[in-house]
Amino acid sequence: MSTFWSIWISVLVLGTIFGCWWLLSATRKGQTSDSETERTTGHSFDGIEEYDNPLPKWWYYLFIGTCVFSLGYLALYPGLGNFQGLLGWSQEGQWEEEVQLADARYGELYARYGEVPIPELAEVEDAMQMGQRLFANNCAVCHGSAARGAIGFPNLTDDAWLYGGEPENIVETLTNGRQGNMPAKGFMPDMTSTQVDQVVNYVLSFSGRERDEAAAEAGEAVFAQGCAGCHGADATGNQSMGAPNLTDDAWLFGSTYEWIEETVVNGRQNRMPAQSDRLSEDQIHILAAYVYSLSN
Amino acid sequence: MSTVNPSITYNYKVVRQFAIMTVVWGIVGMSLGVLIAAQLVWPALNFDLPFTHFGRLRPLHTNAVIFGFGGSALFATSYYVVQRTCQARLFSDGLASLTFWGWQLVLVAAVITLPQGFTSTKEYAELEWPIDILITLVWVTYAVVFFGTIMKRKTPHIYVANWFYGAFIITVAVLHIGNNLAIPVAAFKSYSVYSGVTDAMMQWWYGHNAVGFFLTAGFLGMMYYFVPKQADRPVYSYRLSIVHFWALIATYVWAGGHHLHYSALPDWAQTAGMVMSLILLAPSWGGMINGMMTLSGAWHKLRTDPILRFLVVSLSFYGMSTFEGPMMAIKTVNALSHNTDWTIGHVHSGALGWVAMITIGAIYHLIPKLWGVQAMYSTAMINLHFWLATIGTVLYIVAMWVNGIMQGLMWRAVNDDGTLTYSFVESMEASAPGYLVRMIGGLIFLSGMLVMAYNVRMTIRQKEAVALDDGAVQAA
Repeated sequence: MSTFWSIWISVLVLGTIFGCWWLLSATRKGQTSDSETERTTGHSFDGIEEYDNPLPKWWYYLFIGTCVFSLGYLALYPGLGNFQGLLGWSQEGQWEEEVQLADARYGELYARYGEVPIPELAEVEDAMQMGQRLFANNCAVCHGSAARGAIGFPNLTDDAWLYGGEPENIVETLTNGRQGNMPAKGFMPDMTSTQVDQVVNYVLSFSGRERDEAAAEAGEAVFAQGCAGCHGADATGNQSMGAPNLTDDAWLFGSTYEWIEETVVNGRQNRMPAQSDRLSEDQIHILAAYVYSLSN
Repeated sequence: MSTVNPSITYNYKVVRQFAIMTVVWGIVGMSLGVLIAAQLVWPALNFDLPFTHFGRLRPLHTNAVIFGFGGSALFATSYYVVQRTCQARLFSDGLASLTFWGWQLVLVAAVITLPQGFTSTKEYAELEWPIDILITLVWVTYAVVFFGTIMKRKTPHIYVANWFYGAFIITVAVLHIGNNLAIPVAAFKSYSVYSGVTDAMMQWWYGHNAVGFFLTAGFLGMMYYFVPKQADRPVYSYRLSIVHFWALIATYVWAGGHHLHYSALPDWAQTAGMVMSLILLAPSWGGMINGMMTLSGAWHKLRTDPILRFLVVSLSFYGMSTFEGPMMAIKTVNALSHNTDWTIGHVHSGALGWVAMITIGAIYHLIPKLWGVQAMYSTAMINLHFWLATIGTVLYIVAMWVNGIMQGLMWRAVNDDGTLTYSFVESMEASAPGYLVRMIGGLIFLSGMLVMAYNVRMTIRQKEAVALDDGAVQAA
């Protein structure tokens, strides 16, 4: 902030505090007595009179005390415009300090398992208990506390993996997150509604679901042109780009005709947030082992 | 000096109207409060309908109790007090009547629009822009009537109650206009002219002063008339009233920053909000002392006068919540209390304990005078109401203290490996018993209001109001 505003704020803050102080002492000096009296001010409003009693002493000192405390606080902490305070405190600084403290206190615990390969770590009971707590704190809100997922949030306990279930895939997913993007109507922006119907029936046929056989057969050509580019000619998907396998029983957005039609017509955007700015490498390592253990 | 001037007549009609609506809106607002408290115990009571959902009824509850119940009480008592302490009839009967119907229209508009989801999303300022404009018009009219009456007063000085009412009227006008500046995009949709953290700071500058001026300064005005009047004692200290008045209004406007501790708000604004909140302790207690000490020499009246008991207990709750407030404004305490039920408990120790109790006491004082009868229909019922209100308030705030501190501690509890011990849902499960106790407390408080409504109705039936209408001579 500019020097002007800095001075403006300081003058107003200090002016308010010293103004209170002045008001207090000026009123106290004008007192006609130090103790309670029966003398009134002489006013009467609708029969209500007012005593000319002094300010209670304990109250006076309480008031002065809060002013003194506040002035001391303003000297130590940032409050007067650009003045940062004698302690150099800031809320960011306090946060960083607490993070450092936590790293120092807990870092060791996690670092202990940093070199253990993930499949091996998945067998270590202590580490998996930590993994479970990390999962409950950071993942359960979307994937569920049992990791079984929900519409739009993958089930982590089955064998179906959008981006691969190998240890290094899971670490990558956790560290940098994932951006899922299925374009509306795939590679065929002008797909007709008949073609949509055909391709949905064709997709239903992969996992042996109820379908219109004739439409499904016609859908094969639509699939080849509009979908196979990502999902593959055999529809088993492509983990390098997160294109799901359409031939298994795992469905991220539902397996009924209506759900699939919605997916084809409007596409899907999905996002797994990166954890690297929230969790340390060692924590991600343990968390990855925990996720690995859920299906291995 | 005699204060009785037989040649003056007062406008009691508008006071009667607002007094009745105080009771009506009190019951409406508190019923909504009990309903949403019950929804937190039994979520099925949301009825799966958008307009009965907690998210829409909660703002209606706050608007109905603050602006309906509290607002009507402030209009009623300020019009009564300003006339009697200035020995002057209201500046304009027509304008006064306009404020009554205008204010009721605002409240009815709130009842219609809020459940439909029309909201500006600003807490305690949810009403959309056309209603905001109506509020502004009513408020300016209110200011004209109030200050116009002060201008034509027959007394040489302005009584302290009127300083507080005056400060409340002026500041609420500034706050309302400042915070609600918005760009309309449709009949019931607008966007705030402020953005980001500026918008948040404007909102809490308004929000905390809705408490500071609407729910405190205005009600201190009420206290300064009805406590000495009901106790029949002089005000304890004129000097104290001067100091605490100026200090209160000078520091309250700074305090809003304490709602935004540890946020994107710059450190300096948080600190200023915190230190001014601490300094507020003494000015707030100045009002409590002046009310309490006014009873010295009249403490025995508490045994027989339940109206006085309402007024005195309200001051105790005022003292307690104005100690709690500065404490919660300290960053370290706030880090524990923020976003927990403690805040809700704090607000209600002020809203039920202070605002509602002083209002109830004042209305019991007013009703017989406004309708020209000796006393309320039943003193025993006032006594019953007193105990229902006290027990209800205590249950409510204790439940919220327990819940709030428990939530704060659960959210920050960590395991040996630094992970959080509890999920959010676990803290909600642990809060369930507190929610039940809170609902019961609210229900008890509400039942007291129903007793009051019956008592008021029976009092009014005792005598037709006609005699006291416009032509009536001021009672000695």
